[in-house]
Amino acid sequence: MIELDRVGRSFKVKRNVVHAVQDLSFTVSAGEFVGYLGPNGAGKSTTIKMLCGILTPTSGKVRVAGLDPSRRRTALARRIGVVFGQRTTLWWDLPLTDSFQLIRHLYRVDRASFRTRLDELAETLDLGGFLRTPVRQLSLGQRMRGDLAAALLHAPEVLVLDEPTIGLDVVSKAGIRAFLRRVNTEQGTTVLLTTHDLGDIERLCRRVMVIDHGRLGFDGTLDDLMATAPGRSSLEDVVTHLYTGTTS
Amino acid sequence: MVRTYFLLLWTWTRAAAAYPASFALMTLLGFVTAGIDVAVILIVFANTTTLAGFSREEVLFLYGAASLSFTICDTFVSNIDRISQHIKAGTLDTFLIRPVGAWIQLTADRFNANRVGRIIQSALVLGYAIAALDLDWRRAWMIPVMVVTGVVIFAALWTFGGAMQFVLTDAPEVANAFTYGTQQLSQYPFSIYARDLVKGVTYVLPLAFINWQPGLYALSRDDPFGTPEFMRFLGPAAALVLALLAALAWRQGIRHYRSTGS
Repeated sequence: MIELDRVGRSFKVKRNVVHAVQDLSFTVSAGEFVGYLGPNGAGKSTTIKMLCGILTPTSGKVRVAGLDPSRRRTALARRIGVVFGQRTTLWWDLPLTDSFQLIRHLYRVDRASFRTRLDELAETLDLGGFLRTPVRQLSLGQRMRGDLAAALLHAPEVLVLDEPTIGLDVVSKAGIRAFLRRVNTEQGTTVLLTTHDLGDIERLCRRVMVIDHGRLGFDGTLDDLMATAPGRSSLEDVVTHLYTGTTS
Repeated sequence: MVRTYFLLLWTWTRAAAAYPASFALMTLLGFVTAGIDVAVILIVFANTTTLAGFSREEVLFLYGAASLSFTICDTFVSNIDRISQHIKAGTLDTFLIRPVGAWIQLTADRFNANRVGRIIQSALVLGYAIAALDLDWRRAWMIPVMVVTGVVIFAALWTFGGAMQFVLTDAPEVANAFTYGTQQLSQYPFSIYARDLVKGVTYVLPLAFINWQPGLYALSRDDPFGTPEFMRFLGPAAALVLALLAALAWRQGIRHYRSTGS
């Protein structure tokens, strides 16, 4: 579903060239739930943006749902859902339902499937209480649920999440995690999740990839990840070891 | 695509309705600013009967035509100016994940109907000039062609300006120099300008085709600069070339978008 083959992306910053991502290769199959970890500035967001076609890679090949994202960006948009925890994709001054209606038109979702889909999402994400509230008046947790629903209204094959639980309280986090698990198991949606919250990883991801300095440092199951640092019992310790170990 | 564009306009109109006072003030301000332009022309003609060989009604005709094209684009395309803010804040990302072209979304971005009044005002000035002038009706077909050509040229200029923001993120004003500068330039008959400037805006950047060259035809006038007659008809071709170049620049701009950290 997602294929990266020796992908690199560099930025010119003043006179220097910064390699945000280098020689990155991995494959995510349909139906997987993959956690994508890495310290700040490791290249996580750059990778995600290349998957959506926002950034054009400087080298290598990217394929998502069989398409080259940077060349077929709008075609790909119909088949993937993207959530940025740090910024909303909803229309600030409009009630949530209006944003959803607009999305229905933009993605050309037919009325009947939109109706069932929205009812389903409104129920599982508990949106009922604030569907008519303008987005700017929503709490962060409500807004995040709204953003998740917006990203899934067109029933995408792939869901890409960039820190979806950032800034949320424990109850909101638990709700979102439960929802993501359902989306993955019940609908078979492929999920790629970047996060700094290791609780997200422990509760959701069967497979974990760790990126550092733009390169893939680890790719395997959660158990394999724990085994990289024998004697350390918590995921936090293991990840700290991995981040500091590879930084040299 | 057109449907999507109007749907976005409608969405933003409803969003703007959340701030009714701002809408009323901006509408008023638009009328006042446009009114000042017309007032200046009338003041000039209170002191003289011709301006560089053109009568008051002829100048109002040229002004009205350029102004109509400009205000249409100012209402429906100029929202693309905000791209520099979106690039700086990284919010352009959210446009790029939608299954609709970024140009369509950005030209509709935060659309505000308060500029529509100025289109009507320009149309009234042009209408008055047409009624007051004794035009050759066999040449009247050029008037709508001229306005459409002007719209395409202004839209291309705004698109160029937007594309430039991917490189010059810190200088959105540079783009304004082209769009608003061109509007200022095309308010008067080009015969008031220096020959070299007019050459530049005819052969390099085809601004003379917004109202000057086609306007001369509609007014049955010879070009004071002596350009041949066939030049009056080159507007649509020039506009098309400019639009294609603008589309190319826009594409390149999008491909070179760098986004922001996180």
